[in-house]
Amino acid sequence: MSKILKKIGAQKALEMYKRMLKIRRFEERVRYLFLEGIMPGTIHQYDGQEACAVGVCSALADGDVIASTHRPHGHAIAKGLTCKEIMAELFGKTTGCCKGKGGSMHLGNMDKGMLPSIAIVGGNLPIVTGMGLAFKLRSKKNVAVSFFGDGASNEGAFHEAINLAAIYDIPAVFVCENNLYGASTHVSIVCKLKNIADRACAYGIDGVVADGNDVLAVYETAEKVIKKARNGGGPSILELKTFRRCGHSRRDSKAYMRKEELDYWMARDPIAMFKDILLKAGFCSEEDLERISKEVDAEVEEAVEYAQASPDPRPEDALEDIFA
Amino acid sequence: MAKKDGNRVLTIAEALREGITEEMERDEKVFCIGEDIGIPGGWGGAFTVTLGLEKLFPERIINTPISEISIFGAALGSAIMGMKPIADVQYGDFLFCAMDQIVNQISMMRYISGGKIKVPVVIRVPVGASNRGPQHAHSMESWFINVPGIKIVCPSNAYDAKGLLKAAIRDGNPVMIFEHKLLYGSKGARAEKGTIDASRYIPKEDYIVPIGKAEVLRKGNDVTILSTLLMLHRSLSVAEQLESEGVSCEVIDLRSLVPLDTEGIFNSVKKTGKVVIVEECTKRGGWGAEVAARIAESIPDHLIAPIKRIAALDTPVPFSPVMENYYVPSLERIKDGIVKTAAY
Ligand SMILES: Cc1ncc(C[n+]2csc(CCOP(=O)(O)OP(=O)(O)O)c2C)c(N)n1
Ligand SMILES: [Mg+2]
Repeated sequence: MSKILKKIGAQKALEMYKRMLKIRRFEERVRYLFLEGIMPGTIHQYDGQEACAVGVCSALADGDVIASTHRPHGHAIAKGLTCKEIMAELFGKTTGCCKGKGGSMHLGNMDKGMLPSIAIVGGNLPIVTGMGLAFKLRSKKNVAVSFFGDGASNEGAFHEAINLAAIYDIPAVFVCENNLYGASTHVSIVCKLKNIADRACAYGIDGVVADGNDVLAVYETAEKVIKKARNGGGPSILELKTFRRCGHSRRDSKAYMRKEELDYWMARDPIAMFKDILLKAGFCSEEDLERISKEVDAEVEEAVEYAQASPDPRPEDALEDIFA
Repeated sequence: MAKKDGNRVLTIAEALREGITEEMERDEKVFCIGEDIGIPGGWGGAFTVTLGLEKLFPERIINTPISEISIFGAALGSAIMGMKPIADVQYGDFLFCAMDQIVNQISMMRYISGGKIKVPVVIRVPVGASNRGPQHAHSMESWFINVPGIKIVCPSNAYDAKGLLKAAIRDGNPVMIFEHKLLYGSKGARAEKGTIDASRYIPKEDYIVPIGKAEVLRKGNDVTILSTLLMLHRSLSVAEQLESEGVSCEVIDLRSLVPLDTEGIFNSVKKTGKVVIVEECTKRGGWGAEVAARIAESIPDHLIAPIKRIAALDTPVPFSPVMENYYVPSLERIKDGIVKTAAY
């Protein structure tokens, strides 16, 4: 058994597995609801990247905050938002985490340490720098985490936010989920570096790379950079190598992807990989996993029923919540 | 759908694509720059307008990283050096990431240079609420009418889209084209729910639609309705309905917001004396406010009713369909405004 798995222990490891599975099942259900025309809006799905959100969020402490992107379903579940409040938001209901004002691209709940996610690519990084700054100014031992994509690392906001965080040793971690694509554009045609984390040297901070489909590797690396930030060591860039196995959004045939690439990554399913590790470690039996699977399915199903039965906002609710 | 005479029915997305293709064939200085364009197997930008163009012009479809500042800055730089860029942003909301390049640089480079530099930059901007939530929904045409040095056009149908695009490319000045997501008629994976048919017969001959000319789409005597884009389509269907209820509406598609066809507008208002303006921009500071002020300032004596503005709410665009439908002027809201104005 790896050192890190031992350190995490059976209970927490199984909880992490459950979160990952919850994300997967949530996304599968959402895809069905969306394609059947039952769910409104547009969707950007997270299946295949579960290890990133769960690995990082499991290494956070109470009071830490995260910010996400247009692809936030997984981060929201990993940070502890309920499937109900997320699903209801996707349906545009009053019981949603943002009362139906935000929708799929704006999930969040500050009570649970998640900013409503930002659908402007790169847009959350400067905000996270500011959240970290607030921790620093108020001498709080907390950390702010930005999740963003490979594509976002080419925005000017990336540069400005990280440099500002760096010079003040702001307790922030910039987590780049390099899933190889920004929409239909492969990362290799818009960035000459092999590792986006290598950009860290431009800011005089650490840049580390981990296998984003290996939840233990994500956890182990995240824990280090989070600890460093928490203890006044300043921000880091954590690049997680992963893959967007679902399309970019809505109905995407992925015609721009190479088959070998898709096949390679489909075979590296983060959930299947973790499941093997857990079984080998003797942390659980097949029956335990079956039970977890049933619990997760029930929770997702309950969330769908809850969301569908929840009331729509009144049209005039649109006029509320502009000013405090 | 080709007809014998070579005229075809095209959607706005197709007409724009054809217009870009013809201009790129005609002038090798014309090129496209934007995100997610020219990717084999991709979508041709967010709404298929540039689909397949990389096959025709492998060197002149510049796919950029997700970097709006560099899209518009590079468009400007290349224009200064003699190129004619067509720069597109995937959703208008992302223009805000590049406001410095557009507002401080593109708009005033000619002025700053004392009239020596020419800035033929075309900026294509998808707008409109389409159930995606507040950061993929804004209609920000109004913001830019406040910026001297940029022309603004808003095609509501495929014929105008192609003609205005061509006029913009040849204009020699910065021109922003605001295109509505629900009017493109994009197909396949990029098809939009709630799309309104804005396709038109497109002649095979080269043509332009002059910038700064409105078009009367429906003649009438009781009320003048001024609109653009999706709201123009809604206004037309309300006008049609009201005809049978005894209200005769003159519906004008402004097509250009800068320069504004004040002559065309005033001629109609002098006839009807009543004005309803319908827009999807937020009401406060919307373009309707500017148009209303021009009318009130210039021909007040011809008005026999207060000018009515029907616009989006002064809120961000809410996601929930119930609230979004309330945010955007609905057929009922438009009808109500027209009926009240007509009865004044
Ligand atoms: C400023 C801005 N530009 C463009 C877009 C359109 N857009 C939405 S998602 C996306 C791709 C983002 O790629 P990446 O950052 O790698 O995140 P991923 O989708 O892979 O999670 C693009 C171009 C946007 N939302 N915001
Ligand atoms: Mg990506």
